[in-house]
Amino acid sequence: MRFYSAQICDKGNIAVDDTILVKDVEATAGSYMLEGFKPLFSAEAVTRLENAGYVISGKAHVGEFGLDLVGEFSHYSTQEGALQGAAASLVAEGSVKAALGVDMNGSTRRSAALAGVDFLKPTYGTVSRYGVISCAASGEQVGVYAQDADAISEIMGVIAGHDSKDGTSLKAESYDYSTAQAVEGKKICIIKELFDKADSQTQAKLTAFADSLRAKGVVVEELSSDLFKLANTAWQILMCAETCNNVSRYDGVKYGHRAAQYRNIDELYVNSRTEGFNFLTKAVVLYGSDVLSKNRYKACYDKSLRVRRVVKEGIEKLLESYDAILTPVCSQSAYESYDIHTAFEKVFEESIFTATANLIGSPALVSCGVQLMGKAFSEGTLLSLAAAVEKEGK
Amino acid sequence: MKYEVVIGLETHVELSTESKIFCSCGGHSAANEPNDCVCPACSGMPGMLPVMNKRVVELAVTAGIMLNCNISRYTTFDKKNYYYPDLPCAYQITQLNHPICTDGCVTVKTSEGARDIRIKQIHMEEDAGKLVHSGNSSYVDFNRTSVPLIEIVTQPDFRSAEEVLAYLGKLKSMFRSGGISECEEGAMRCDVNISVRPEGSEEFGVRTEIKNMSSFEAIEKAIRYESQRHIDALEFDLEELVQETRRFDDATGKTMAMRNKETEADYRYFPDANLMPIVIDDEWLEEIKANKPVAVDEKAEQYREVGISEKEIEMLISNHKIARLLDETVAEGCNPKDTAAWILTDCAGVLRKDGKTLNELDMTAKTLAAIIKMVDSGTINRNAGKKVLIAVVEKGVDPEAYCKEQGLDRKVDSSAIESVIDKVIAENSQAVEDFRNGKVKAMQALFGACMKELRGAGDPAMIKELLESKLK
Repeated sequence: MRFYSAQICDKGNIAVDDTILVKDVEATAGSYMLEGFKPLFSAEAVTRLENAGYVISGKAHVGEFGLDLVGEFSHYSTQEGALQGAAASLVAEGSVKAALGVDMNGSTRRSAALAGVDFLKPTYGTVSRYGVISCAASGEQVGVYAQDADAISEIMGVIAGHDSKDGTSLKAESYDYSTAQAVEGKKICIIKELFDKADSQTQAKLTAFADSLRAKGVVVEELSSDLFKLANTAWQILMCAETCNNVSRYDGVKYGHRAAQYRNIDELYVNSRTEGFNFLTKAVVLYGSDVLSKNRYKACYDKSLRVRRVVKEGIEKLLESYDAILTPVCSQSAYESYDIHTAFEKVFEESIFTATANLIGSPALVSCGVQLMGKAFSEGTLLSLAAAVEKEGK
Repeated sequence: MKYEVVIGLETHVELSTESKIFCSCGGHSAANEPNDCVCPACSGMPGMLPVMNKRVVELAVTAGIMLNCNISRYTTFDKKNYYYPDLPCAYQITQLNHPICTDGCVTVKTSEGARDIRIKQIHMEEDAGKLVHSGNSSYVDFNRTSVPLIEIVTQPDFRSAEEVLAYLGKLKSMFRSGGISECEEGAMRCDVNISVRPEGSEEFGVRTEIKNMSSFEAIEKAIRYESQRHIDALEFDLEELVQETRRFDDATGKTMAMRNKETEADYRYFPDANLMPIVIDDEWLEEIKANKPVAVDEKAEQYREVGISEKEIEMLISNHKIARLLDETVAEGCNPKDTAAWILTDCAGVLRKDGKTLNELDMTAKTLAAIIKMVDSGTINRNAGKKVLIAVVEKGVDPEAYCKEQGLDRKVDSSAIESVIDKVIAENSQAVEDFRNGKVKAMQALFGACMKELRGAGDPAMIKELLESKLK
């Protein structure tokens, strides 16, 4: 973590992922490409927290542009051993009350699950994306890490609500983040295909979570659905395409890293980007470029947009019968170090648990190492279900 | 064999808005220094999001109404990807799939007659910045980045350079009078698509596109050169025509290949997720329609009906400010034809002396009406009126006070004029004798002397008549 304020705040100290801007504090999104970039303004979520009396203590390392599993491929991180996200670790060890992270392809949720803390990816459009180093605009959202559902509820109450600086920001000024809804009689479902993809330890966590809810009168059923696999493929295509487009502006001309050696503008671009981006970003850029190319657009990008609609309708239909969907967040309870050349496929595979929420903009809450997904604006229900289980453990 | 030239146009027009299309920076015309009008959004810094400027939508819709287009009720933005240092985000926000206006039509008139040009679509987009090269270095200026543009795309309906120029002239006067664009140098840029086919043929020939021309002269020359090149190629089999993009070189008057179909960039268009679709409901559309200026054709017809000449109409239509001065002066009770002459001949003449144009005329309709009314009512003669006009334009005086002060308004009857004429005749015996000996020019000198004596007062026609009768 890069500290910039040592002030202890009664209300709470907050860490911010390096994909979120804090005025005058270097912001790199974990990439050498943005070396030395100091933003002229703070993200809306950061400003709202500061205005409410919270202190931003520093920036937490992220994997380059948040594209990896849990932050393992940051240009700046010196973390070794077991792979675990920086912001989630800070929250887990109690260094900060909460942290903000950008949930774009699940790295935040996976980090929280492995660190044993909560993370809420809210409904798309409820938290301003102003001041986010954007990759996949159509599905990324600022979310909150904290130790429990109550703390998430508190922070969400501060950062959510309409912002005119973000064209995708919804009009409502506030939303329901209560953790006190009665859970008795609620109905949730477990997706068999996702459950089967997890290792036995992760399955055990999920089963324990389900059992705890059953004991409180929640109906838990199992069902089968192909939507998640479909959703993941579509989201990886859209996410790569949008990321490819959004990181195009990092060209060495205006700010960030510029290669020392170049003879003309093409070499300036190529050399700067070759040096500045890591292998995973390059893979995403190539994949994204390909799916947008004239010959592939219809079969890839356009089709993914149609899949997005189909999945949205399918999940909405499913959630007519259930209050939430309970799934694993990761296939394993810990990741081992691995070669970056295999990262693209690994992230693709692992995102089957998380991609649906990004694709269709629905809220997803990580708690006790598992994920609850609900329909738009159902954060209150998800937080209440999590709180019920968390309180029992205390 | 006779050939027919087939031309389609893509015209970029810079809109007259106070701020850029997606941020609150002022337009680049307000900038003095490079990068004066720049913010994190229009310089492509991470974290900034585009927010739509409502006025851009309204002006684009107004242009669509003027060109008889269908107005889309649902319109979206797309990103067009390409790398160039003057494009800070490495993509341009434009409209591909749901443009704001479609299927319009405009009639152009040339010596060959009238032709309907179909408008395929009008879409909104942002402009790019510019590069400044100096020695071994290049500098980027983002002042023009994100300045709003509309691009008007026609069907391949033009058959001559003359029609193209007539169309562009019409757009220019429409957009000026409608407050859509000032259409200044460089604010209207054209891509010309051109092909040639044997007369009577229904099939299109191989098409080339000549990019980014801003002067009418260059456009005309480019079309003439390029159509001849196509005809020569077909006629003499000298070269094989290929579908390609070319540029026009002003110095040589020739077009040159830039890139062909195979090496054409793939812009990888896709929807912009940062901008929500814009829905134009009935209420908004009605509001825009209500604020729409009178259509140029309608306006020209109104002027024609009151006897204003075609040449004057052309000047009025292309200058929103002057047309308004005319309309307002007429509303004060002045004769339209007469007022047009006062503005377009007299005012323009006074300004021209100082090297200025009508655009710099700073006169209210009330002031102009006061001068015209004094002349109409016979309080002063037209010559004296002109004197007042000069004083008003040059010194900003009050016309009525000025007349009194200079004694221009004193009534002069025929007996007073006669006594002046007698005096002049007595004092200029040589000129009188010259005239009587057949030197017609001497008459002019005597008339001038009378006018001088009368200090501009009196009716010139009456003076002339009396002078002539006395000399005979």
